[in-house]
Amino acid sequence: MSADIAITNGTIVDAGGIRRADLRIENGVVVEVGEKLDGDTVIDADGLVVSPGFVDLHTHLREPGDEEAETIQTGSRSAALGGFTACVAMPNTNPAMDSVAVVQQVLDAASDALCEIVPSAAMTIGRAGEQLAPMAELVRAGVRVFTDDGTGLQNDRLMRTALDYARGLDHLTDGFQVVLAQHCEVESLAAGGVMHEGEWSSVLGVPAQPAEAEELMVMRDIALARLTGGRVHFQHVSTRGSVSMIREAKAAGLAITAEATTHHFTLDHSACRTYDPAFKVHPPLRTQDDVAAIKAGLLDGTIDAIATDHAPHTRQAKERPFLTAPPGMLGLETAFAVANTELGADIEHLVRLLSVNPARIAGIDDRHGGTIEPGRPANLTVLDLDDEWTVTGAAMASRSTNTPYEGRTVRGSVRHTFWNGDQVVDMGEATR
Amino acid sequence: MTATTLRQRGPKHLLSMADLDRDDIEQILNLTESFAEVGERSIPRVPALRGKTIAWLFYEDSTRTRLSFETAAKRLSADTMNFSVGSSSVNKGESLRDTVETIAAMGIDGIVVRHGAAGAPRQVSEWTDASVINAGDGWHQHPTQSLLDLYTARQHLDELDGKHIAIIGDIKHSRVARSNALGFSAMGARVTLVAPPTLLPSTLDGWPVEATHDLDAVLEELDICYLLRMQLERQGQAVVPSLREYHNEYGLTSARADRLPNDALIMHPGPMNRGVEIAGEVADRPAAVITEQVANGVSVRMAVLFLLLGSGLDVVDEQRAIA
Repeated sequence: MSADIAITNGTIVDAGGIRRADLRIENGVVVEVGEKLDGDTVIDADGLVVSPGFVDLHTHLREPGDEEAETIQTGSRSAALGGFTACVAMPNTNPAMDSVAVVQQVLDAASDALCEIVPSAAMTIGRAGEQLAPMAELVRAGVRVFTDDGTGLQNDRLMRTALDYARGLDHLTDGFQVVLAQHCEVESLAAGGVMHEGEWSSVLGVPAQPAEAEELMVMRDIALARLTGGRVHFQHVSTRGSVSMIREAKAAGLAITAEATTHHFTLDHSACRTYDPAFKVHPPLRTQDDVAAIKAGLLDGTIDAIATDHAPHTRQAKERPFLTAPPGMLGLETAFAVANTELGADIEHLVRLLSVNPARIAGIDDRHGGTIEPGRPANLTVLDLDDEWTVTGAAMASRSTNTPYEGRTVRGSVRHTFWNGDQVVDMGEATR
Repeated sequence: MTATTLRQRGPKHLLSMADLDRDDIEQILNLTESFAEVGERSIPRVPALRGKTIAWLFYEDSTRTRLSFETAAKRLSADTMNFSVGSSSVNKGESLRDTVETIAAMGIDGIVVRHGAAGAPRQVSEWTDASVINAGDGWHQHPTQSLLDLYTARQHLDELDGKHIAIIGDIKHSRVARSNALGFSAMGARVTLVAPPTLLPSTLDGWPVEATHDLDAVLEELDICYLLRMQLERQGQAVVPSLREYHNEYGLTSARADRLPNDALIMHPGPMNRGVEIAGEVADRPAAVITEQVANGVSVRMAVLFLLLGSGLDVVDEQRAIA
């Protein structure tokens, strides 16, 4: 008989709401939820929140291809420390995750990970936007989310074809509708712009892209979702216009979901004024008005999930000039704290945005998100909502240090994380 | 007012015209006058920066600015070091920081940086103790160009307060426009940008300027008609339909030049596209002070190098040092 673990005196927050209860984990599964439970190991969660583990819909793990910036191992440790028990791995690796072989390579490399790595796959071969990836084969291999993230699929007709084709894959997924996740950016309008087009780009003399470069593709994909009945997920929504179009499309009953990153509801384009490439990201940091709209969208449910778009880059890559440095920011280890500090959502809503909703969108809600009840895999995180700490890139588990929150004091920390009952974070430290 | 104020205010770098207030600019222009006199001597050289080493870090091709800075450094007796990098080095993924630290390790007092990426000189300034001078960064700033323009204009107009300058052409992609909008307005001039909307930034919030699309409407009230170089490759990029149309609508044609007030100056940062932004004949009129701008560039850069790298003497001592 294996040893069991009891988490006592905590406040459970999950899809079922909020309640005081103890729980007991055995053989990787929650076996009991109730009062005054005991176990071989007892974790006192008095004053703490016990939540289903977080699910990141948008993680760049850089393996294979750029292991100097991150590996699946280091990225998953970063995730566990951030309270995540599952990460949807973006396919813009090198080679791209556009075949079963590369997807399998990622799954193999994930064997020593500290959380579940859920591979997404590219919509098109090589993410080149020209030929569809073997979607049925990839779905058979377990893929549920397709995306060319890093770029949007520019060709209208090919996007329509992808949505139509994906509708015919339901029989391989027990009816789960395969998700086409879009990085919305019309390249001909974005025209190489590396920050938001507005008063800051004008003064700084930096090539910029307007909010409309995102919004035009949101508009197109809403139209194509309507046309095909396909399921579209909007990645890292960053503008007021996008939020309002998505709100309207959802009200009209379209099968649309959306995510927003923490940086898009906490930072604006003025952060670029020192040309520090730490603040270079795609889509770019927008205006305060957009920041407010993203927050409102997350609070009213228009945007379903907080995603990190965790995008590690080496120090040397981020020490190039703003124009040529690669875009992207770390996010896994700060997402919960930053959201808890800045969003103004209660913990029940935060758990929906970080766990319940993204688990459902990624099709992994049989084991992540949901409610904490007997029989469920023990994918859990234990949170201190009041603990204050200062963000330091160098102290992170990620191989990279490119956090945009360096030096910022945030509130809320991850005490413990359990993945399939395995305690991967203990008192804020990774156990392996 | 002493020459040390620029340094004492903190910045030992010249990255943007936004770093300079009116007093700073006047100080530089006044010192430029003294250095211009050095240039007229039979041996145009003073020991003001003897023992100082200046490195050139040019990521972008530049003949004029580079020669001008080199001449200025020589006249001040500074040692110079050339770290010429083709733009390809950037594409090879070389860390800008590694390059800067390599140069800094050789022991230098100043780095003059030109880079195709806006903000690169600012990054350089964070990685070295040497003074950093921006010799042009992308579309952002080219402060010594603005200073030589201010100096040239002041020579002819005495006072820039209340004067009206139109900057005409490709504002959006121009570091000269961004520098001069700040420089001329800091000196009390009224700045009007003239360009089609496709060559203006989408917003001018934060710019101390007015803007118009109608050159003919402002010509007769100008003290300075400042033409920017039209990048020939912009033609057809949905920015302007053709260079011919650009010349007709925004070029300083002979007919337009005739409508300028008699004492108005015609300026251009060079190199000119005769027949595009300026009619060939107009560039040769007495009102065109384009070659004077180039000549003054050396003196202005001497002043900047001296103020940033010099010994920290006050103005009186400086006059003595260069005497």
